[in-house]
Amino acid sequence: MTVIPIEKKVLNENQRIAMSLRSRYAEHRVLCINLISSPGSGKTTLLEQTLALFRPEEKVAVLTGDLQTENDAKRLARYGFPVQQITTGGVCHLDATMIERALASWPLDQIDLLFIENVGNLVCPSSYDLGEAAKIVLLSVTEGEDKPLKYPSIFAKSELLVLTKIDLLPHVSFSMEQVRANARLVHPGMEILEVSSQTREGLNQWLSWITQHRQQMHERICAAHV
Amino acid sequence: MHEIGIAAAIIEAGQAEAARRPGSKVVCIGVRVGVLSGVDNDALRFAFNALVAGTDLESWKCEIENCRRRNRCQECGYEFESDVYDASCPRCAFGDIVLIGGDELELAYVEVEET
Repeated sequence: MTVIPIEKKVLNENQRIAMSLRSRYAEHRVLCINLISSPGSGKTTLLEQTLALFRPEEKVAVLTGDLQTENDAKRLARYGFPVQQITTGGVCHLDATMIERALASWPLDQIDLLFIENVGNLVCPSSYDLGEAAKIVLLSVTEGEDKPLKYPSIFAKSELLVLTKIDLLPHVSFSMEQVRANARLVHPGMEILEVSSQTREGLNQWLSWITQHRQQMHERICAAHV
Repeated sequence: MHEIGIAAAIIEAGQAEAARRPGSKVVCIGVRVGVLSGVDNDALRFAFNALVAGTDLESWKCEIENCRRRNRCQECGYEFESDVYDASCPRCAFGDIVLIGGDELELAYVEVEET
């Protein structure tokens, strides 16, 4: 018997494509963020409200993933920005190849901010790097406060937690204090925002987070060129 | 249930290694799975066995080694292992940490038999 050390990532091919996407984003100064949540936490609705706040001349684009249907792309396309649906045909996550394929028809110099709306799932998307600058996890107040404990991987890997549907708080038994404590058990220092896409409460903080990350990206790129 | 795709990637890597060594037979593939990789041991074993069953790879085994969570404190730079749910810095208790391990999904080795 001979043991041959291999020492490489199982998803080596995905990683290779993700790294190539990451360097293309940097080259074209695109901030790419990957939105992940359970089905029904409000990813599409938050994106609709977000797109509605951008001026038409802003270079914003969305890739939205689902197992089936073009429904989300149709909803998001109403705001006038480029939107592409990725239907995975049953696959429970987006991978880097799907993103690379979708971007083949889009010139990256026409995009400054790229939202990727992942397939609704808190498990599988956490294993696939899409070359994004940050993963963002959404959790609605109609779900349990223990989601961060049940799905630690995605909460540990996401830079930001967005608590959605906060307008429903008076009607549900959901403790903001508890969910924050649970998230920070898994991810000490995790940034947390609270939003309602219905009342638009918290949307300004969400936009500020995006603006701040766009600035940081530009500063990093400028520093790298000095 | 993305373990099927992951098991398929593991098997492909095993086949690539076997192709590089004519005359040898793969016995076992060693995989490293972090506690935060989002991959479940049982589901991965199930997927691996389901994919090799009834093929000429049926005798292949998959050995899984689990890796603990490792963190770096953003404040003092201390690197430490921790449980999944208790990742604050034991040295300075400052909140902000970055993950430096525990999300592994790696092929560690292939064990072959010369024939």
